[in-house]
Amino acid sequence: MKIERYLVPLLLIVSWQGLSSLGIIGGNLLPSPVQIFLGFKDLLTVGMPPGQLLHNHCLYSLIRVALGFALAALLGIPLGLLIGWSGRIRIMVSPVIEMIRPIPPLAWIPIAILWFGIGMKSAAFIIFLGAFFPIVLNTISGALSINPIFFEAMRTLNATPADIFFKVVVPGSTPSIFVGLRIGVGIGWMTLVAAEFTGVKSGYGLGYMIMTARDIQRPDEIIAGMLVIGVIGLLINHVLKILEKKIIRWQ
Amino acid sequence: MAVNQQIAPSLELLGLTKAFDGEKGGKTVSVLHPLTLKIEKGQFVSIIGPSGCGKTTLLKIIAGLENPSAGQIFIDGNKATHNKNRIGLVFQEYALFPWRTTLQNMEIGLEIQSVPKAKRRAAAMEYVRKFGLEGFEDSYPRQLSGGMQQRVAIARTLLTDPEVVLMDEPFGSLDSQTRNHMQAFLLDVWQSRKVSILFVTHNVDEAVFLSDRIIVFSKRPARITHEFVVPWPRPRDRTSLECNTLRREILETMADTGNLPQRRRGAEDERK
Repeated sequence: MKIERYLVPLLLIVSWQGLSSLGIIGGNLLPSPVQIFLGFKDLLTVGMPPGQLLHNHCLYSLIRVALGFALAALLGIPLGLLIGWSGRIRIMVSPVIEMIRPIPPLAWIPIAILWFGIGMKSAAFIIFLGAFFPIVLNTISGALSINPIFFEAMRTLNATPADIFFKVVVPGSTPSIFVGLRIGVGIGWMTLVAAEFTGVKSGYGLGYMIMTARDIQRPDEIIAGMLVIGVIGLLINHVLKILEKKIIRWQ
Repeated sequence: MAVNQQIAPSLELLGLTKAFDGEKGGKTVSVLHPLTLKIEKGQFVSIIGPSGCGKTTLLKIIAGLENPSAGQIFIDGNKATHNKNRIGLVFQEYALFPWRTTLQNMEIGLEIQSVPKAKRRAAAMEYVRKFGLEGFEDSYPRQLSGGMQQRVAIARTLLTDPEVVLMDEPFGSLDSQTRNHMQAFLLDVWQSRKVSILFVTHNVDEAVFLSDRIIVFSKRPARITHEFVVPWPRPRDRTSLECNTLRREILETMADTGNLPQRRRGAEDERK
């Protein structure tokens, strides 16, 4: 069973390497796996641009995502809970959300640069927009999907609206909130790289690193950078899943 | 007990009615005929009637979850205002909070009343012992059997010290063996707590085994068609001649008044 899982990827990499070694695939467009690995090593030791090492690029990108994501969660979860809980708030706020939601986060880049300039703030803002809507919408659907019998049970126990909100709406929505957080951080991470393409002031960031590698024709480092982005995205998702299991033990 | 002053009944319903407005401005649908009913302190009263006859609506009105169209409710002689913990409701689906453990579910009523943590924990632990839930204090509802979940739900209700406990087919989703067991358990609890119970069921056998009085409801709009007093001491023998005779009598009245359509009777038999 385990071997079958790895068979196809392994075969793909071996034949890719074979075709590259035979000169059938041109190294200037698609470098071989070995070249990519060496490019990865260069990113770690030499840096791109030279002197600006991979782990610092990761660090800056992660800080931007953390900032935008934290803001999205901090605003999105309470807002989603309120909208899901109160029909009146839902009626008032939903049209605004429905209006802004279809605008892709990347379409905000020009106005973000105008508002915040190039740098940490605009990137965080773009990530915030990417992460915010999945978090709000999943939180709302979580609150709406709570079995009405729980509200009735609370009322027979003479609960106040605050009791109902904190003891039923909040815990009852948590599973959906986590779905929203996972999707949100995923989209945030994807928009990050695009946001960094437009420029960073600090000289660090994975998107910036890849664009610099393109400027000086290093496809091996571009692809190595892409892989790093993918792996980090996977890791973030994994961490959130572990956190979810720890927090929601009742499911 | 010296009875000098008059003891008010636990629950008194005076001319309670309920009608829903029809859709599209159509005619109103009457669910409850004017209903007058008195439950004395410590009485166990069952309501039996066809499905969808408005039994659940009646319980919801008494519990304050819905407003009556007219009529009055008195609890322990006082007009019900629903802001005091005088009515407890036990649901068929238990309605335990899945994110709370056994203890946390039991304590929630006291938590709402702002009872200090140590005190409510001690009170809940007493029920854990009495209700045979030792070892499951920190389990979540999904880890408990149906019978255990219903015991937690009953404990949650009793912990708020209600005057009347309303039960809406509480054992309806249990298998027959667990159901019998839970009936005996409920009688124990009721006898030790001296609480009044209004019990909705459509299982005649259950009503005969448990109740002091059995009230038969008609089809919607619900109206009391018959009332039976069950005088025998408990524990009762379900298979005794007297129990069987009463059961047949109740079933016959229900069939005679057309309250128990053939289909319903079939379903009744399947349950046993």
